[in-house]
Formats: sequence, structure tokens, C-alpha cells
Amino acid sequence: MADISLSSVGKSFAGAPALHDITTHFRDGEFVALLGPSGCGKTTLLRLLAGFEMPSTGTIRIGDSDMADAAAGRMVPPENRNIGFVFQSYALWPHMNVRRNVSYPLEIRRLPKADIAARTLAALEATGLEPYADRMPSDLSGGQRQRVALARCLVSDPDAVLLDEPLANLDVALRASMQGVFTDFHKRTGATMVYVTHDQAEAMAMADRIAVMDHGQIRQFDTPRTLYERPRSKFVAEFVGRGTVVPLRDVQMSGAGLQARALGARIAVQSSPDTATVSHVCLRPENLTISEVGDLRAKVARVTYLGGRYLLETVAACGTCLLAETRAKFEVGSQLGLTIDTPWAFAED
Amino acid sequence: MANAMQKGGSRSEGRLLSAILIVAICLTLAPVLRLFVEGITHQGSPSLSLAADVLAQPSTLSALRHSLVTAGFGTLLSVLIGSAFAFLVALTDLRAKAALVFCLMIPMMIPPQITALSWTQIMGPSSVLLKTIGLAPPLGAPQPLYSAEGIILLLGIQHMSIIFLTLRAGLRAIPQEVVEAARISGARGLRTWWQVVMPLTLPSLAAGTAITFVTALGNFGIPAMLGIPAGYATLPTLVYQKLAGMGTSVLAEVSVLAMLIGAVAVVGILTQRYFQKRQRVYLVGSTSRPLAIPLGRARLPVEILLWAVVFVILVLPVLGLLATSLVPAYGVPLRLDTITLASWTEVLFRQPVTMRAFVNSFGLALGAAAVLMTICLPLAWLMARNPTRLASLFDTLLDLPYALPGVVLSIAMILLLINLPFTEATLYGTIWIIFFAYLARFFAVMFRPVQASLQQLDPAMGEAAQSVGASLFQRLRDVILPLSAPAAAAGAILVFLTAFNELTVSALLWSSGTETLGVVIFNLDDSGETAMASALAMTIVAVVMGLMIAIQLLSHRFPKGVVPWQT
Repeated sequence: MADISLSSVGKSFAGAPALHDITTHFRDGEFVALLGPSGCGKTTLLRLLAGFEMPSTGTIRIGDSDMADAAAGRMVPPENRNIGFVFQSYALWPHMNVRRNVSYPLEIRRLPKADIAARTLAALEATGLEPYADRMPSDLSGGQRQRVALARCLVSDPDAVLLDEPLANLDVALRASMQGVFTDFHKRTGATMVYVTHDQAEAMAMADRIAVMDHGQIRQFDTPRTLYERPRSKFVAEFVGRGTVVPLRDVQMSGAGLQARALGARIAVQSSPDTATVSHVCLRPENLTISEVGDLRAKVARVTYLGGRYLLETVAACGTCLLAETRAKFEVGSQLGLTIDTPWAFAED
Repeated sequence: MANAMQKGGSRSEGRLLSAILIVAICLTLAPVLRLFVEGITHQGSPSLSLAADVLAQPSTLSALRHSLVTAGFGTLLSVLIGSAFAFLVALTDLRAKAALVFCLMIPMMIPPQITALSWTQIMGPSSVLLKTIGLAPPLGAPQPLYSAEGIILLLGIQHMSIIFLTLRAGLRAIPQEVVEAARISGARGLRTWWQVVMPLTLPSLAAGTAITFVTALGNFGIPAMLGIPAGYATLPTLVYQKLAGMGTSVLAEVSVLAMLIGAVAVVGILTQRYFQKRQRVYLVGSTSRPLAIPLGRARLPVEILLWAVVFVILVLPVLGLLATSLVPAYGVPLRLDTITLASWTEVLFRQPVTMRAFVNSFGLALGAAAVLMTICLPLAWLMARNPTRLASLFDTLLDLPYALPGVVLSIAMILLLINLPFTEATLYGTIWIIFFAYLARFFAVMFRPVQASLQQLDPAMGEAAQSVGASLFQRLRDVILPLSAPAAAAGAILVFLTAFNELTVSALLWSSGTETLGVVIFNLDDSGETAMASALAMTIVAVVMGLMIAIQLLSHRFPKGVVPWQT
């Protein structure tokens, strides 16, 4: 087990920057998700950790060892890092059966035959693959293949496990059950895990902390709850969860809290105590209450049934689109009043 | 755990790549470069005077004219036959397409000197087959194939497979939707073909035509067997005659001729590349279902016609060859009482020169296949993973020794190896010069299928092994080698097949004791032992067919693009 430290890590491909000056720390045994839109650099960051790519700047440490140092132009090649890597395409070797796929890392390490057999069996049992041990990868379903990939990485007891969108090729139902497999795996092994995904629900469900990435930078690195409730930028507020970001005017201290004008209404907002000024506010559905006396007038533009409740897309008088949730059904075109209830405010340049 | 720091992400891969790349460049490109230097220098200093002298000779000019005429019209004939077959096979609902495709591939795999030999056995006054059925022209009548027209006919047949293959590949890349969209818009029958299919296939047809011309230009077997008796010399046969008659004293002179053929060939190769690039640009969409336009009532007549053509260009000449090989002496008609296996036993078991040639050709072909596999497998993988500038330059040039006419490569080889640098030793006259020439010539034959299969290989295969701790050698041995083995095997069989009955290169490089099978057939026929030449040729045809059938039977195990006639 090991923690991972990155210091000023950057990477460019043929002059085009993919990652910018990333300094961060993943704790020992932590489940970290790297979340972001495609092209944000999350997979590049993962491949730097694995050693498939050499950073252009900065240093990477895993545990007590320096893995890469761009200034010195040196790095430990992937085969000497003792990490596990789960690929989006699974990357099972099609010419080896399931047992051989799983035992191969131990063969490389020249363990005694009996040891290899015992540890392979344990890994197969842990992933529920024992009955399939003698099958070829081509005879397995997508979920089973992903389990083999997981068993292959579990067997050699790696310091860290890196996962590159491992569920992207699976259907929705299988994804949910595989999420359970990954969380169990994490609990049992206590390994440091770094999980790349573009699906925020997946990241929220599994990760201890999520690093939201955009344009080669980490925009915010926090627990799922903090990301949702206390976003620090417009990008994070809009990328994680539903909501609308609107600008604030006339921000004033009033007693213990802050007051400001948003969409023409005077509202109370909350913000982080270390933020000196705030400029925007994130209006999530739970910050909006529908009431006849509401200080905002809006017109229903679209109604979506979410099961048990409705999501209303409404347009305020000023043209801003606001999202609200209700148990009662509203018709498209009907007018309603909205009350804003202490939303989260942050500073955005 | 080991924490030795390394410079760069894949230093071991980079080092290995450079090492293998240098070997590969020395093998393939050094001879071509050496020839180029020879052509523009005279006795060590840059000069074009010799080149100008040679190019002004009447024999040069007439050979150039003959080459252009035979290659040009031969290509035209190839285009006519090959494209007719390609359109019908690729676009319509003909039955037994796989068998038809396989049969159409055979002319390309049969060595040209055997094609020429077999066709002369079904025409002319001494044809055993014609005599047997009583249709032989009177004695003294000329052999109609010993003429420019004969060379054109056989070049056309020999190379129509190339047109067929490239055009069929182009046709199969046309998405079904494109044709369907034309039909929805109201286009019918031939109009769809003329206005949609034809324009889309023109680039591949042009590319195929260009490469067919280059191949026909470099063909040695057919003009040698048919043209030399008629006193009709093309550039490759002129080079052969000069070198065979006067030895290495005319090396500088024939280098200029080789440069001349090479220059014409390079124009053709560049044309082919230009059109091949254009073909790739604008075809997008699914190509899952092949086109199958119903022929309706015309289907059976068309099928009969196509198979009749296959019979005439394939079966008939082989029957002629067989008939000739079974008579006691050339010119005797084949009857039940004259049939004999004497030529077969004589050529296969008694003649020391044939035994030697078998050993030589077998060893050369096997050795070339083995060495090329050892080089190409790691090289193709490393080049796919580490695209360096040198590697991509090599990628664009490595077809040159194969695409250039064999005569050009042979001359280049002689120039390079006649005096080994820093020593008095020479490889000219030994079997090694043929071996190195084969390595250069068939490098692309081995490399391209392996490259095609490795490009389809998920890079994560190697990375997965790397992430569990496998070293470069372990990755190559445990993952890359087994996964590309089918493609490597197919490439090796192709190299073996082509090298086994090759004539063009060895015709200029052999000496007593290092004869190859191609040379022996050529010499047997040259010295009038036609029956023995036919028996030997039949044996080789059988070996070729056997190997082709072996590839065909295994073809479902190869990745796409590996078997050349299944592109």
C-alpha cells in the first residue's frame, strides 16, 4: 500500500499541453476518482502514474519511491512500479485462459509453483471466477472479463490500482453490479485506487474523494458531498449535479451571513469562510421552493417525470433557466412563483 | 521492489528499435543507394558521361521501346480481364465466389517462366497436346508466342490478379449505403454503376494499373523465354544478355540500364501511391454487407463464361505442361503406348543439378523466411509503439526493393557485395549474394502482413503485461509473439512461396553450384530439354498450389489483411 504525490506535474504531446502543473496528494488506501469531460487529461494523468508516459515537468512519488522526475529525465518503467492497471478494453491476453491470465504476473515474479497456484486460486475465488478458470477470454461475458482483469491486478498485491474507465464498455445493469464489485475489492484490499471516469454518478457512488478535471487541471478535489454542496467554481457547479449558476450583485454582510441580489431578488447565501468575496451562486433544485408568494416569477418550459417526482425546467422573467423538483404535476406554460433558499455562493473570475 | 531509475519512458524499446532498424536499413535500402551512386559517378568522381553514352546506344533505345510497349499493352490486357472479373465478383450475386477468387490468384503465384513454358506447350508445331488431339500446325510453322504479341498476352494474364485484387478491395470498401442512397434517389442498374460505383473505384483502379505496369516492366521470365528466341529484347533481358555474355566488365554499363528501368518504375510507384492515398480519404460508413446486385437470368451464362476463361488461362496451360512432361521425347504425341514418367524420374532423381537446385532454393527460401520473421516481428511492433522519424521514413521506403524490378535489385546487389568494404573478399558467385538479395527483396512481403496484424492489436495488450511487471523480452515472448504468430506464419509462407520459385533475381546472381529452381527450369528449356523442364515445372506448380491451399485453409485464423488475396 502506498500514497501518491504529484508535484508540478505537466505533460504535453508534440507541444500541445495535456496536463498543467498538477500538485496533489492521494492518501494511502484512498479511493480517488478522476472525473471530467473527454479530453480533460484524466487518462493522461493515469498513464503518467502507471509509467506509460513520461511527465514533461514535475515529479511523481508512489510510497517512498520517486517514480518519475522530469527535470532529471528519469523514471521507473511500468514493469518495475508494482502497480495494477485495469484497462477500458480489459486487455486480457486472448491466447491464455483465465487462470493463466491471472497467474501471469506471478510467473513474471518467479514465485514457486505452489505459491502461484494458491494465490491464483485465491484471486479467482475473490472475484467469483473459480468456475471459469479454464475458459478462454473470448468465451466470457463483458462483466466476467472485467473481473478477470481485476483478479489479474489483485493477484500480485500491488501498491496502487489504476482503473481507466473500466465500466465504459458494459451495459447499465452490469455497471451497477460491477460498482459493487469494485467497492468490495477496495474495502477488502485497502489498496490505493485511482479511478478514471466521465460518469459523475459512478464517481459519486464509489470514490472517497473526486478530482474534477478540466483543460488539463484539477479544478476541485473534495469528497462527493462537498463537490455537490460547496462547489468552488462555475465549472464544478455545473459539471457535478443539476443546477444553474447565476451572478450575484450588491453582496453585503448581514449579521452572521451574507446577503445579495440574484435574478432581481434579495436572498441570503452561504459561502466558505475563507472566501473573501463571492460573485456567483449555484441554484440547485433543492434551493428552490415553489410557492404562490415566491419572489421570482417563472414559466414552466418542460416537465420530466423522474419517478415519484417531476423535474421542472422553468424560465424566469429575465430569461434564465431554473430547475425545480416537485411532487405535484404542473402543465407546460403555467406560471409559478419560486423562493430561493440559501444557495451556495463562490467567487468566479 | 526494484527502483532503478531509467532515462525516458521506454529506453529499452527505443534502443532495440534503433538496433533492428539499422540492420533492416542495411539489408533493404543500402543496395538501392549503392546503385544510385554508381549511376551518377564514373571511376569515383561524379559524372554522367557513361550514362549519356549508354542511353544513346540504339540497343538501349529499342529495348526501352520494347519494354514500354509490352508492359503498356500487357497492363491494358490485365486491366480488361482483371476489372471485368473484379466488378462481377464484388458487385453481383455470382455463386462460388471464394473458389473463383482463389483460382484468379493462382496466375500471380505461378512463376512467370513456368507460365511462359506452359503456354508454349499448348501452341506451336511441337505442342504435345495439339499433336495428341491432331490440331498441331505443320512442322516449320512459327511458334506464335515468340513475338511481342505473345509477351503482351502472357504479361496480361500473369498480372491480371493484381488488378483484380486492388479493384476488388476498393469495391469492397464502398459502403452499402452509398449504393442504396443512389437507388432511393431513383438511379437504376448500370446508371448506379456508372455514376456512383465507377467514380468511387477509379483511384483504386488507377493505383492497381500503375503497380501492374511496374510489375510487368520488371518481369524477366516471360520476355526471356519468349523474347530471346525471337530476338526481341526488353530492358531486363538486355541486362541479362550483357551480363551473361561479358561478365562483370560491363557492370558500370548495365548499372545505367538498371537505373533506367528503376527510374521508369519509380514513376509508376509514385503514381500508385498518389492514387492509393486518394482512395482512403472519402470512404466512410459501414462495409459490413458486401454488395450483391442480382444478375437475374444472366447469372448462369455469366458464370459459365467466367469459368471458361479460368479454364483457358489456368487449366489448359497446365494440361499442356503435363502432356509434355509425360512423353519420352519432345515432339512425340501422347498416346497410351508412349506415356512415360522418364522425364520426371530423370529430372527429380537423377540430374545432380536439379537436386542441387532443390536444396539451394529450399534452403534459401526457408532461411530468408526465418531471418525475415526474426527481424520483422519485433521491428513491426516497436515501430507501431515508438513512431520515430527514421522509422516512418523507413516505412515509406521499405517496399522499394520489392516494387523495383528484380534486375535492378540484382545489379545493386552485385555492386554492393562484389567487393566487401575493407577486405579483398567478394560474395559475388557465392550463394550468400542470392540470400542477401532475397532478404532485401522479400522484406516487404514479410513485414506488411505482420504490421497489419500488429496495428489491429490493442496496445493495452503489451501495456497490461508491462503493468504486471513483464520486461521487454518477456512481453515480446509471451504476448506479442503468440498474438502475431498467425500473421507471421502467413508472411513466412508467402516469402517461402515467392522465394522458392523466384527467377528474376537469381538469373543474374547464380553461378555453377548455386543454381536455383527458377534458373534450372530456364536453362533446361534453353537447352531443349523441354520435357524435363515441364516435369520440374509441374512439381513446382504442385508445391505452390499445396502451400496456397494450406494458407487458404488456415485463413480464418489470420487477422484481416494478412492473406494477400483476402484483402
